[in-house]
Amino acid sequence: MRIYSCHFCSSPVYPGHGIMFVRNDAKEFRFCRSKCHKAFKQRRNPRKLKWTKAFRKAAGKELAVDSTLTFAQRRNVPVRYNRELVETTLKAMTRIEEIRQKRERAFYKNRMKGNTEKDFLRDKKLVESNPELLKMREVELQRQAERAAAGVDEDAEMGDSDEEMEDASEEESEEEEQQQQKIVLKNKKRSAKKIAF
Amino acid sequence: MQLSWKDIPTVPTSNDMLDIVLNRTQRKTPTVIRAGFKITRIRAFYMRKVKFTCEGFIEKFDDILKGFPNINDVHPFHRDLMDTLYEKNHYKVSLASVSRAKTLVEQVARDYVRLLKFGQSLFQCKQLKRAALGRMATIMKKLKDPLVYLEQVRQHLGRLPSIDPNTRTLLICGYPNVGKSSFLRCITKADVEVQPYAFTTKSLYVGHFDYKYLRFQAIDTPGILDRPTEEMNNIEMQSIYAIAHLRSTVLYFMDLSEQCGFTIEAQVKLFHSIKPLFANKSVMVVINKTDIIRPEDLDEERQEMLKSIMDFPGVEIMTTSCINEENVMAVRNKACEKLLASRIENKLKSQTRITNVLNKIHVAHPQKRDDGVERTPYIPEAFKNVKKYDPEDPERRPLARDIEAENGGAGVFNINLKDSYLLENDEWKNDVMPEILNGRNVYDFLDPDIAAKLQALEEEEERLEAEGFYESDDDAIEGMDDEDVEDIREKAAWIRDKQKKMINAARSRKALKNRGTMPRSKMAKSFEDMEKHMSSLGHNMSALQSKQSAAAAKNRYTESGADIVYGNNESAKTAGKLRQSDRLMDGVADASMRSKADRMAKLHRRERNRQARQGEADRHATASLPKHLFSGKRGIGSNDRR
Repeated sequence: MRIYSCHFCSSPVYPGHGIMFVRNDAKEFRFCRSKCHKAFKQRRNPRKLKWTKAFRKAAGKELAVDSTLTFAQRRNVPVRYNRELVETTLKAMTRIEEIRQKRERAFYKNRMKGNTEKDFLRDKKLVESNPELLKMREVELQRQAERAAAGVDEDAEMGDSDEEMEDASEEESEEEEQQQQKIVLKNKKRSAKKIAF
Repeated sequence: MQLSWKDIPTVPTSNDMLDIVLNRTQRKTPTVIRAGFKITRIRAFYMRKVKFTCEGFIEKFDDILKGFPNINDVHPFHRDLMDTLYEKNHYKVSLASVSRAKTLVEQVARDYVRLLKFGQSLFQCKQLKRAALGRMATIMKKLKDPLVYLEQVRQHLGRLPSIDPNTRTLLICGYPNVGKSSFLRCITKADVEVQPYAFTTKSLYVGHFDYKYLRFQAIDTPGILDRPTEEMNNIEMQSIYAIAHLRSTVLYFMDLSEQCGFTIEAQVKLFHSIKPLFANKSVMVVINKTDIIRPEDLDEERQEMLKSIMDFPGVEIMTTSCINEENVMAVRNKACEKLLASRIENKLKSQTRITNVLNKIHVAHPQKRDDGVERTPYIPEAFKNVKKYDPEDPERRPLARDIEAENGGAGVFNINLKDSYLLENDEWKNDVMPEILNGRNVYDFLDPDIAAKLQALEEEEERLEAEGFYESDDDAIEGMDDEDVEDIREKAAWIRDKQKKMINAARSRKALKNRGTMPRSKMAKSFEDMEKHMSSLGHNMSALQSKQSAAAAKNRYTESGADIVYGNNESAKTAGKLRQSDRLMDGVADASMRSKADRMAKLHRRERNRQARQGEADRHATASLPKHLFSGKRGIGSNDRR
C-alpha cells in the first residue's frame, strides 16, 4: 500500500480513497475526489486552475525547487530490506520534513515581504481622501464613550426600579433596546406628571 | 485433364438451330417499324436485327466448339479410343466445318451491316436484312450432316466410362469368353453383363474397389483374337489401346478347359503376340475356371506351353474360379500389391521428385569451436554431494510436507513466505517495515545513499543559517511611529466598514421590491431624522433643538377656563396635536385637490370595472415557481438573470 498523489491537484490519495482511471494505453490516472475526476474529464488544465498544486508551483506560490524535495522518488531498482538502512531512512524522513517546513516558512515570508508597506500606503491614502467619514467616526466614538459612561449608571438604576417591566430574557438585549426603553420610561414620567396635574 | 465428357450441350439439327436463332431474334428485337420514321432509326432497327441474329449463331457455334474436346489435347489413351470409335478425321472435319460456318456468318453479318448503313428506304433496308438472314440460313443448312454426326458423338461420349489413365488400375484382358467380365463382377460392384458367348463385352467397362484404403479401378476389356493389329476390329482395338496406354497391372486371363472355344495353344500364342505391349508393366497370368480343370491335371505337352509363358520376366501364374469365387480375392490382392510396388518403384526411378525434396532439406552440422576444448555439462559440486532422498531414512532432509505435518497439518499450518527472503542478516526476515510515515511513502525515501544525502542537506542547512537565510527582518514602516501606523490602520478599517454599510443601506433603500414609491420631493422627513443625521455628521444641534421645542410649546394645547368648566369630557383627554401625518392629504396640496384626485381615480376605475378587468386592488398571488425563471436551457447564463 502506498499514498499516491492525485493526477490533477497533486494532493495525497490515501488507500481506499479516490478513483482511478486506466486509459487504453495502460496509463493510470488517480484522482483524490470527484472534483478532480470531473475536472479531468472536462479536459481542464490543472496549471490554469488556482486551487491545484500545479498552478501554485508554476505561479511561484510554493516551494518548487529545493534539495529537500529530491529525497522522495519512485525508484525503478528495488532496494532490499536492511534494518539499519530503514532506521536511518525513518530518522532522515522526520529531519527532512522539519527542514522542508522551515524552508517553506522562509519562502512564504520572503514572498509576503513587501506587503505590509503596500497595505499601509493604501490605508493612508484612504484615510486622507475621506475626512468627512473620519468626522462621523469621531462623533460615533465620542457617543460610544458617553454611552459607556452613562450606561454603567443607568444599568445600576434600572436594576431595582423597573423589575416589572424587564424579564430575565430581556437582560440580554442590546444597548439600542435599552435606549428605547429609556425613552419609553421618560414618556411615562411625562404623562404621569400630566395626570398628577 | 478432362476424363469424362458428360456435360457437352446437346447439338440440335440444323433446322432446329435455325428456328431457335431466328425465333430468338424475333422475340428479343423490336418489331414495329414504319416508313415514316427517320431513316437513321430504320437503319438502326435492321442493323440490330442482323447483328443480333449473327450473335445468336455465334453463341450456338461457340457452345459446340467449346463443349467438344480437342482430340489433340486429350490423353493419348482417350485420343486413340476416340479415333477408333468416331474416326478422328471425321470428327475433326465436322468441328472444323462448324468453326468455318461461324466465321462465314460473322462475315455475312459484317457485310450486310455495312450495306445497311447506306440503305435509302425502309424497303431497301428490309430487303438487305432478308438477304443477310437468308445467307446465314443457307450456311446453317449446309451444316446439316456435321451436326447430326456431332450429336451422335456427343451421346456416345457421354456414356463412355470415365477411365483415369493415371490412377491405380487393374486391366483384365484375354481371349473372348474366358471369364473376364465375371471376374470383374466378383471383385467390384460393377453390373457387367455375363453371357456364354463370345464378344458379350463390346466396349470397356470400369469397376471400382478399395484395397488398403486406396481406390482402385478395374477395367474389363473386350476379348482379343490372335491376329495382326491391322486386321483387328474396333472392339478388339479398344482393349489393345487400353493395354498399350494405361499404366496398370495386366491380368491375362486363360481358360484351360477350352470351353471358350479356343485352345490353350492359341491362348499362349496370343500372350506371346501381345507381349510387346506389356513392357514396363507388371503382368499376371490368371488361370480361370479351376472348378473344371486345374493346371496340374494337364498333360505334359500343355504344361510345357504354360511354362513358356513364365519366360517373360515378372510374370506370375495364379489360378482362380469365378463361379466358386475361389481364390478370387487372393488374385485381386496379389495384383494390387504388385501394382503398388511397381508404382513406388517408378516413383523412385524418377529422380526429379527426390531431388525436389532434397533441395528443401538442409541438415546443419555445427563446427566445433575453440580447437578441441571439451565442453561437458556443468554440475555444481554442492549438488553432487547431496545425499539421495530416501523416505525410509530417519535422517533424511525434511520436506515442506513434513514441516506442515509437524506444525498441525493442512489448514492449520501456513507457510511463512518470509523464510525464503534473501537478506544480509537472517534476523531481519520477520521485521515489519512501516509503509507510510507522516503522509509520506517510506519506500520512496529508501535509498542506499540516504545517509550521505542527509549529511549534505544538513551541511547546506548550516550554511544557510550562517548566511542568515532564516532571519526574518521586521518590516516596519520608515519614518512612522508604530502607534501612528496602528491608528491609520484602524481608521482605514472603520472607513471601509462604513462604506460597505452605506452601500448596503443605499441598495436596500433603492430596491423597489414591487412596492409603489412616493416621489422624493413629496416624502415627508421628520425633524427627528434630520436631527439624527446632522448630529451624526458632528453638527451641534442644541440651538435648533431649543427653537423647535419653543415652537412645539406654542402649538401645544393649553387648558382654558372652559375646559375646567366642562371638565372630564373627551377632549380634555386628548394630549396635544396628533403627531401623525394626515395620510389622506399626503401628497396633495389641499382638500380640493384631494377630492379631485378621488374623482379622477373613480373615473379611471369605471372603464376598468366595466370590462371586469383586474386592477391593482385585486388580490393576486404570484406563482411560487415562475415558469420563465425555472425552465428552459441553462447553457448560457443563469436563469434568474432573464
